[in-house]
Amino acid sequence: MLSNQEVAEELLGKFGSQVFDFEEPYGLLTLSTTREEILTVLEFIKEHNHFQISFLTDLTGVQYPDKTGQEFMVVYHLHSFVHNFRIRIKVSIPEADIHIPTVTGLWESANWMERETYDFYGILFDGHPNLKRILNIEEMDYFPMRKEYPLEDATREDKIDALFGR
Amino acid sequence: MADIELLPHQVPANAELPELVEELTTLNLGPTHPATHGIFQNILKMDGEKIVSGEQTIGYIHRAFEKIAERRPYYQITTLTDRMNYCSSPINNLGWHMTMEKFLEVQVPKRAQYIRVIMMELARISDHIICNSILGVDTGAFTGFLYVMQKREEIYEIYEEVCGARLTTNMGRLGGMERDLSHTAVQKIKDFIKTFPPVLRELEKLLNRNRIFMDRTIKVGAISTERALSYGFTGPNLRATGLDYDVRVMNPYSSYEDFEFDIPVGQHGDTYDRYMVRNEEMWQSLKIVEQAINNLPEGPYYADAPEYYLPPKDEVYNSMEALIYHFKIVMGEIDAPAGEIYHAVEGGNGELGFYMISDGGRAPYRLHFRRPSFIYYQAYPEMCKGSSLSDAILTMSSLNVIAGELDA
Repeated sequence: MLSNQEVAEELLGKFGSQVFDFEEPYGLLTLSTTREEILTVLEFIKEHNHFQISFLTDLTGVQYPDKTGQEFMVVYHLHSFVHNFRIRIKVSIPEADIHIPTVTGLWESANWMERETYDFYGILFDGHPNLKRILNIEEMDYFPMRKEYPLEDATREDKIDALFGR
Repeated sequence: MADIELLPHQVPANAELPELVEELTTLNLGPTHPATHGIFQNILKMDGEKIVSGEQTIGYIHRAFEKIAERRPYYQITTLTDRMNYCSSPINNLGWHMTMEKFLEVQVPKRAQYIRVIMMELARISDHIICNSILGVDTGAFTGFLYVMQKREEIYEIYEEVCGARLTTNMGRLGGMERDLSHTAVQKIKDFIKTFPPVLRELEKLLNRNRIFMDRTIKVGAISTERALSYGFTGPNLRATGLDYDVRVMNPYSSYEDFEFDIPVGQHGDTYDRYMVRNEEMWQSLKIVEQAINNLPEGPYYADAPEYYLPPKDEVYNSMEALIYHFKIVMGEIDAPAGEIYHAVEGGNGELGFYMISDGGRAPYRLHFRRPSFIYYQAYPEMCKGSSLSDAILTMSSLNVIAGELDA
């Protein structure tokens, strides 16, 4: 069995200040890194002889419009079947330069997950073999999951939160 | 016999022949072809009967569940989840409840956990019934499909008895189940345990050692464990390649550790192995249901979590606290703490994950569904490359890609 401590120490020893913001929400080791290092970090834990955290469970995007310079975030969930160990890695990127390297070279499954993230958030995965929309129509000219597109009609006046005491 | 004068055979010179043009045919399989079992399109490049390459177009029934969820109170998201894998909705519903329970640290009583296990395993059976019997239909054996459909009907009747709905079940509540197992439900489940094995055995007799079925499925659409892992396979499709990864065993939830069951694995990852793994999984699920119903613990069927679990109606009418909680829950006034969580359950097709970020409001800040079908369906062109069109249809139906889960 791997412990969060063990993996965190190994990563800190290898990458130093390039990995930061260690957390353990609900026991799941969570850490952040930079987009310059993300490929090396993922490759390191994937190819690590002991860890073998080699399964990409999930890849998705999140938007934090209020965090200037870190408006978007890509979240990777990885899993080691050998040790039954999960890890979550986050990378923040600015809206002005919305690029991140693709991980399709490491996992085939990243292909569609990155396309989905691009489709909904407009995050550009550099080096992706086929980065185009996947679930929405290709003619769409906006990225619908962004927070600037509220789900309900903003002009409606009968659904003001204040009326419901929120 | 008269002498026949043989005329010298005239061979035309090469220059006189029309130039042979080698051309690939483009074939549009789908989006509404009955053989694709759902709305997705495959644009195939065909060399005669052989598939050279394929490209999928998906998203025909995309309904933006993740976006809708950002606006909905937590308990209203359940109805979104059962529209994902609609062949086994209870797993989706209960998976979502378990995510929220883990997030809010609500302790669910044993009885509710056992009822959930029963419902989830019945859902798995109904999921696999469809997949395997449709696979039979695609190879030309229609009878088995109609025969086992009757059993799925019985499972749906059990759902009806437990939650009132059949397909989009909205089963369970945050903290437990919405009602206890009724006497009829228990009886129906016990009847099902008795009457299902002979039917499944007959389906096995029809297909397992059937020469035609074996010829059509063995070595068709095979994938190696390495490729399957790279493509993010989970569930029966991954187990068919020989790896025994099952969320129920690796990260047990809802008391799965209490039950005795095996994880069947295949060897070659081909269509036949996927069929056999699903078949055996039905036996194992039945075993789990039997153990759970026989050892069903007594006690409450919902957690003591008044902030999240709707109070009984007579209390709402007669007690102030219950009325307040009822109002707050129904109006979605209950705020969740800030935080993030990933929780996975073993869905009909593999690891069904919920990644939820809360900023402390009444609705999730971000909710992402890890849909197994969406992730492994990208391997389809590789799996059917070089095979004939009719084999590709089998590969697709044995992958059990559910359009609702694919597009979310």
